[in-house]
Amino acid sequence: MNPATRRKAGRVALNAAGVIVILASVFPVYWMVATALKTKQAIASTEFSLFPTDFTFEHFTKIFTQGVGNTSIWVYLGNSAIVALGTVIVGSLFALLSATAVARFRFRGRTSYLILLLIVQMVPAEAMIIPLSLMVRRAGLGDQLLGLIVINVGFTLPFAIWMLRTFVAAVPKELEEAASIDGATRFRTFWSVLFPLVAPGLVATSIFSFITAWNEFVFAFTLMANEKGYTMPVALRWFASREGTDWGGVMAASTMMTIPVIVFFLIVQRRMVSGLVAGAVKG
Amino acid sequence: MTTTSQANPVRGGGHRAPAPPRAHRPSRRSRRVGRLTPYVLLLPGLLIIAGLLLYPMYQLLVMSTQKVGLRQIRGAEADSVGAENYERILTSEVFWSSLRNTIVFAAVAVTLTLLVGTLVGILLNKLGKRMSTAVVVSAMLAWATPQAAVAVLWRWLFDEQSGVANRAFDLLPDWLSELLFGRADWTGYTWFLESFPTYVVLTLCVVWASFPFIAVSVLAGLRSIPGELHEAARMDGAGAWRAFWRVTFPMLRPVFSVLVVLSIIWDFKVFTQLYILANGMGNKEVFNLSLYAYAEAFSSPPAMGMGSAIAVVLTVILLIITGVYVRQIVRQEEV
Repeated sequence: MNPATRRKAGRVALNAAGVIVILASVFPVYWMVATALKTKQAIASTEFSLFPTDFTFEHFTKIFTQGVGNTSIWVYLGNSAIVALGTVIVGSLFALLSATAVARFRFRGRTSYLILLLIVQMVPAEAMIIPLSLMVRRAGLGDQLLGLIVINVGFTLPFAIWMLRTFVAAVPKELEEAASIDGATRFRTFWSVLFPLVAPGLVATSIFSFITAWNEFVFAFTLMANEKGYTMPVALRWFASREGTDWGGVMAASTMMTIPVIVFFLIVQRRMVSGLVAGAVKG
Repeated sequence: MTTTSQANPVRGGGHRAPAPPRAHRPSRRSRRVGRLTPYVLLLPGLLIIAGLLLYPMYQLLVMSTQKVGLRQIRGAEADSVGAENYERILTSEVFWSSLRNTIVFAAVAVTLTLLVGTLVGILLNKLGKRMSTAVVVSAMLAWATPQAAVAVLWRWLFDEQSGVANRAFDLLPDWLSELLFGRADWTGYTWFLESFPTYVVLTLCVVWASFPFIAVSVLAGLRSIPGELHEAARMDGAGAWRAFWRVTFPMLRPVFSVLVVLSIIWDFKVFTQLYILANGMGNKEVFNLSLYAYAEAFSSPPAMGMGSAIAVVLTVILLIITGVYVRQIVRQEEV
C-alpha cells in the first residue's frame, strides 16, 4: 500500500471506531425513549423491532394522568425540583461565601480547610445515611422535603466550594481594590464588582448541585416514608418494582427524569471535568 | 502538564500576588476586621460541613459500638456493646462475601472503565472536529443519565422476557452462543437472581455511565501535551507505540493517577444501581459493603449498630484511598 491509501485506511478505521462508540453510548438511551414510544403489544412482541412502528404517547399520558400508584408523575417531578432548587439556592450562597474566603484571603488554617473539603467530599453517603436518618428524624425533618434539602446542601457543598473558588480567584483582585479606592463599601464591592464576574461560575456550580440533588437516591429513599413525598429516583424504582412489567410506563418515567439533566449537563460538562481533576488537566 | 505548578497569574494565583502599595494606610480597627473577614465568610459553610458530615461520622463511629435496635431508634438510651458488632461482622460469611464482591467489582469495573475511557480519549484526539464532537455529545448522554434511570434502563435491557439483550443473544447461531456462554437458548434467562450475572450487568452499566468522564479528562490531558514533544519523538525515529509509552503516557501520568483513585472511590461504594438491579435486599449473595450495611441498618428488625460497624469499615477503606487522592491533588496544585 502506498502511504496515501494507508493514511486513508487509517482515517476510515478511526471513523469506524468513532461510530461504534457513538452507537454504544446512544443505544441504551435510544432504547429507553423508543420503548416509551412503542405500543404495549410492540414491547411485548417477540418480533425484534429496532424502531417503533406505530408511535404512541399512551405511556406518557398514563404516567401524567393515572400516574404511579395513583399519583401523577408531576408530583414526583415537583418534589425533585423543590429539593434540587432548594439545595441550589441555599448551597450557592454558602459556597460563594466560603469560596471568596479561600480564594481572596490568606489566613491560618486555609490549607487545612481545603484539604478538609477534598476529604469530606469523598465521605460515602451510603454510610452516613445511618446516623443521619436518626438525626433528621429527631430534628423533626423526617419525611419532609426540607430534610432532604438540608442533607443535600451538606453533601454538595464541599465540591461546590472547591469548584467555585477557581472562578473567584480568576477575578483580578485589582478590580476590587480600584472599587474600594473609589470609596465603595465592602458590600458594594462584592455586589457590583465580584458578583457579576463570578456569576457564570455560580451558574456552573449551581447546575452541578442541581444535578446531584435531582439524582440523589439513598437519602430520599430512606427518609421519605409517604409516597406523596417521593422524589423522582425513588418513584422510578418504586414504579419499576411495582409494575415491573409495564416497561413502556417505566421508560417514559425515566425519560422524563433524564431530560432536564441532559439539558443542564450539556451546559456545564467542561467545568465538571476541570473541577474534579483539579490541577491535573490544567495546561 | 509540567506547567501546573507555575502559578497562572489570573487563574489560581490571585491570592498569591504581593499586595500592591496602598493609597492610604488602613486604620488599626479596619485591619483587625480584615483579618477576621475570611473566618466570618467561612463560618456558615464550616458549620454545615461539621454538622452534616463530620458529626455524623463521629456518630457512626459511636453507633458501631452500640446496640441500636427499634427501642433505641424510638429514643431509648443505647447500650454500649464494645467491639461486639465488629466481632459479629468479622465472623459473618455475608461480610466476607460482600467485601469480596466490593473489591472484585471495583477492580474489574475500574480497569474496564479506564481502558475504554482512555481508548476513547485517544480516539477523540485523533478524530476530525465534526466526528469528535459527535462522539463527545453521544458519550455525554451516557454520562448524564441519572443513576436511578440508568439502573432501571439496564434492568429493562436485560429483562428476561422482552429484554433486548436476551433477544440479541438468541439471534446468535446456537453453536457460537454455546461456545461463548455455554447456553443456546436465552429466552427467559434471568440475569438478576444470582450474584455473577447481576454483577455482569452492573459492570456493564457502570462502565457505560462512567467511561465518558475518563475519555473527556484524558482528552483534556492529551491536548495539553505540547505538539513539539511528539514531533521530537518522531524525528528520533520512535514509532506510534513507543511514542505513546515514552511521551504520552508519562505526560498523562498525573491525570491517570487522579482518575484511577476517583474511579476506585466511586465504584467501591456503588449502591443505587446495585439496589435497583438486584431489586431490593432479598438476596444476600449480591451484597457489596454498602448494600450490606444498609440492609443491616434498615431492614426489619433494624440493627443499626451492626450496620454502622460495616459502614465504618467501608468509610475507613474509602478514606485511605481518599488520602492518596488528596496527596496527588495537593502535589499537583498548590492549594
